[in-house]
Amino acid sequence: MKFGVVVFPGSNCDYDCYHVLKHVLQKDADFIWHKDRELSKYDCIVLPGGFSYGDYLRTGAIARFSPVMESVVKHAQKGKLVIGICNGFQILLESGLLPGAMLRNESLKFICRFVHLRVENTDTPFTRLAKRGEVLRIPIAHGEGNYFADAETIEKLKKNDQILVRYCDPKGSVDRAANPNGSLENIAGICNEKRNVFGLMPHPERASEAALGSTDGRKIFESIVQYA
Amino acid sequence: MKAKVYVTLKKSVLDPQGKTVQHALSTMGFNEVKDVRVGKYIELELGEISKSQAEQKIKTMCEKLLANTVIEEYRYELN
Repeated sequence: MKFGVVVFPGSNCDYDCYHVLKHVLQKDADFIWHKDRELSKYDCIVLPGGFSYGDYLRTGAIARFSPVMESVVKHAQKGKLVIGICNGFQILLESGLLPGAMLRNESLKFICRFVHLRVENTDTPFTRLAKRGEVLRIPIAHGEGNYFADAETIEKLKKNDQILVRYCDPKGSVDRAANPNGSLENIAGICNEKRNVFGLMPHPERASEAALGSTDGRKIFESIVQYA
Repeated sequence: MKAKVYVTLKKSVLDPQGKTVQHALSTMGFNEVKDVRVGKYIELELGEISKSQAEQKIKTMCEKLLANTVIEEYRYELN
């Protein structure tokens, strides 16, 4: 099992992801510079959070044209795993690997705090160790996490069980009050139809050690390890 | 040839920034402002190419990079 953590100019959660994979989970992991194209030795590609290319034009809009992204698309087409966290999720949306787009948070504020997530589907490589309906406590840190897609796309996501995590209250109730950013359907994370590409706004790598206040994020990384 | 590209959120997409600006204007007494959409303005210097060529290229640029057509619409002027 080998992870590859992509480093774009402006990525800032790359070391956090690498640290969790390498030192907490004790798995093989490499950094991949965004100009590299060789991904064949990796089982799972991580697109980390940050502000790739300074969020110029739109979040993820420029990173999506980095040389490495062509290989990430091919990697995904082969059925191998890709997880995009925060800015990584935004890049997955811009690249078309996942449907929809991000709008600015409804409040127009950058929000950095712990939120609760309800796991909606556990039949995926990314959530298989969680229980359906389980509540995970993981932080968010973003200004643009207000997920949007047209009504038809939302219906399809629901029908195919592609919404993997929704913002909820500590008891698991999904409602407007528990939605930090205005995202449709309280969406915090979705996967593609084949279930091998997952994007989420919350940062599981910031909730993988007790010293950081939560270890719930480990469930996501450990699910990947167990699957692969 | 110069292109001016305007990108705004689609009418069907809520523009929280526009709403906030509208609210500020109304606080200032400009109550006649019924709606505000905040967008992007992009200028491109295209060099010596024909108008039809420019049109074709600008459309591709908008569709692929300058606008995200899931949430945004665009228009352009060439001169």
